[in-house]
Amino acid sequence: MSLSSPAVQPAAGPGARRSSAGLLQAWLPKLVLAPSIAISLFFVYGFMLWTFILSLTSSRMLPSYEFVGFAQYARLMVNDRWWVASTNLVVFGGLFVAICLALGLVLAILLDQRIRQEGALRTLYLYPMALSFIVTGVVWKWLLNPGLGIQAMVRSWGFESFRFDWIIDPDMAVYTLVIAAVWQASGFVMALFLAGLRGIDDSILKAAQLDGASLPRIYWRVVIPCLRPVVFSAVMILSHIAIKSFDLVVALTNGGPGYASDLPATFMYAHAFTRAQIGLGSASAMLMLGGVLAILIPYLYSELRSRRHG
Amino acid sequence: MDNVIRRRTFGARIARFSLYAVLIVAALFYLLPLAVMLITSVKPMAEITPGTLLSLPQDPTLAPWVKAWGEACTGMRCEGVGVYFFNSIAIVVPAVLISTTIGALNGYALTKWRFKGSELLFALMLFGCFIPFQVVLLPMAQTLGWLGLSSSRAGLILVHVIFGIAFTTLFFRNFYVAVPTELISAAKLDGAGFFRIFWRILLPVSAPIIVVSVIWQFTQIWNDFLFGVAFSAHDTQPVTVALNNLVNTSTGAREYNVDMAAAMIAALPTLVVYVLAGKYFVRGLTAGSVKG
Repeated sequence: MSLSSPAVQPAAGPGARRSSAGLLQAWLPKLVLAPSIAISLFFVYGFMLWTFILSLTSSRMLPSYEFVGFAQYARLMVNDRWWVASTNLVVFGGLFVAICLALGLVLAILLDQRIRQEGALRTLYLYPMALSFIVTGVVWKWLLNPGLGIQAMVRSWGFESFRFDWIIDPDMAVYTLVIAAVWQASGFVMALFLAGLRGIDDSILKAAQLDGASLPRIYWRVVIPCLRPVVFSAVMILSHIAIKSFDLVVALTNGGPGYASDLPATFMYAHAFTRAQIGLGSASAMLMLGGVLAILIPYLYSELRSRRHG
Repeated sequence: MDNVIRRRTFGARIARFSLYAVLIVAALFYLLPLAVMLITSVKPMAEITPGTLLSLPQDPTLAPWVKAWGEACTGMRCEGVGVYFFNSIAIVVPAVLISTTIGALNGYALTKWRFKGSELLFALMLFGCFIPFQVVLLPMAQTLGWLGLSSSRAGLILVHVIFGIAFTTLFFRNFYVAVPTELISAAKLDGAGFFRIFWRILLPVSAPIIVVSVIWQFTQIWNDFLFGVAFSAHDTQPVTVALNNLVNTSTGAREYNVDMAAAMIAALPTLVVYVLAGKYFVRGLTAGSVKG
C-alpha cells in the first residue's frame, strides 16, 4: 500500500467505514500471498531441513530418527559409486555446458547474418527443448544402439570397421549423455544468444567498422564481450540442468553399463527409493543442493552487484 | 546492421554459400532424431535390420502406433500408453490451471500492493525455482502418505502446483512490474478493491503472460519424470513413466517400431504446443534469465 500516502487517505471514504472494509482491503494482498508463502516455507525450506535431518540419521528402508552425526556423509565419501557419479557430473556438466555455449554462439552468429528462412531454422534448432528428456533418451538409445543405429548404418555404407558403440562402453557411456543433452539444449542457448545479439546497439558496430576492423575481429573484440551477461545466464541455466539430470540418464543408459554413467541425481534416487538407504540418499541430495548453491550464490551476487552499479 | 557479409564478390559468395551449408547441416543434426523416430514408428519389424536407420519404409504401417497406444506392455500390464496419456492429461490440466491462477494473484499482489518485506517474500519464493528436487523427494513422499494422497493423481497435481508456483509467480511478477501504476492508483482512489482492480485492469492485459505461463507449466508437467516415477502407482503413472517402462520391459522380442511410436505419442502434445506457440515457449524459457 505504498501509494495511499497519508495525504490522500481521507479521500478513500468516511473513517467509520474504513475500519472494517478498509482493513480487509489492506490485508487482502497479504492474505492472497500467505498460502504461497506458507507452502514455500514448508515444502521448500522445511523439506530441505527435513532432508538434512534425515541425512544425519541411520534411516534405511523407513525414516528413523536415530542420529549418527555425519556418518552418512563419511560413507558417501568412501563410496565408489558416489565418486563415479560425481566425477561423471563434472565431465558431463563441463562438456555439456561448454559445447552448448560454443554451438549456441556459433549458430546464433551465423543466423544473425540476414538469413532467408531464419524463422524456420530457428524453430528446427529449438524444438528438442520442448521434448521430455525421456523421449530424448529413448530416441538416442536407438540411434546409439551399435547393432541397429548409427554404427550399423555407417557400416552398411561400406565402412566395415566403423565403431560407435559408446553406449555399451563403460569408459565412454557418459559421453552419450553429453551428445543427447547437447542435442536437446543447444538450440535454447542459440535462442538466448540470438536475443542478446539483437539487443546490441548498432552504433557500436558501425564505429568499429569505420575504424576498419575486420568482421571476425569485430565479433571477437566487440560483439562477444557484449554478450557476457548472456553467457552468464546460459552457464547458470545449463549447469542447473546438468545437476538435475535424472530422466535422461534413466532413459538413455540407466546409469550403465554397471554404474559407469551414474549421476548424483540417479545415485540419490537409487539409494533413497530402491536400495533402502534413505540416510545415504538424503546425504547425497544435500550435496546436490550444495552444488546448486555453489553456482547460484556467486551468480545472484554478481547479478545484484551489476544491477546496483548500473 | 552492417556487420553482415554483403558485397557480392566471388569470395563473399563462397562465404554466403558455406554459411547456408553450415546452417543446413546443423538443422539436419537437430532433425535427424525426430525423422528417425517417425520413420521407424511406421516400419514393420521386418524392415528394421542393421543399416536401415534412414531408409524410408517400403511398406508403411500404423500398426506400431496402434500397438503402442493400446496393447504394448509397460511392466506387468499390456494396455499400451493410451491410458497413461490420459493420466498425464488428468494431472496436467488442473495443475496448470491452479498454478497459473495462484501465480497471477501472487504476481499482482507483489507488484501492485507492495508492502514492507514483499520483495523479501518474493526472493524467498523464488528460491523454489532453483532447488534440485531430489532434496524434497523423501519428505514429500512421507507428507503425501500422511495426507492420504500417496500414489494418487491428486497427490501428483498437488506436487506440481507446489513446485510450479515459484515459476508462475516469477512470470507474472516480472510482467506486472511493467504495467503502469497510474491507472491502478486512480482506481484505488475510486475505492476499487483488490480483486476488482485485478479483474478489470490487470487481467485484460495479461493474455500474453498467461499464455507463457500455461505453456511453460504444460511442458514442465507433461515432461516431468522424477515426480511421476517417485509418487505414482501403476494405474496413476504419467505417460513419461509409462514410456520408460515400455522401452525397458524385457518380456518378448524388442519391438523398436512400437518403442518409437510410443515416444512419438508422449512427445506429440508438447511438440504441437511448440509449433503452434513457439514464440511464447521461447519467452517462457528466457523469462528470468535475459530480463533478470
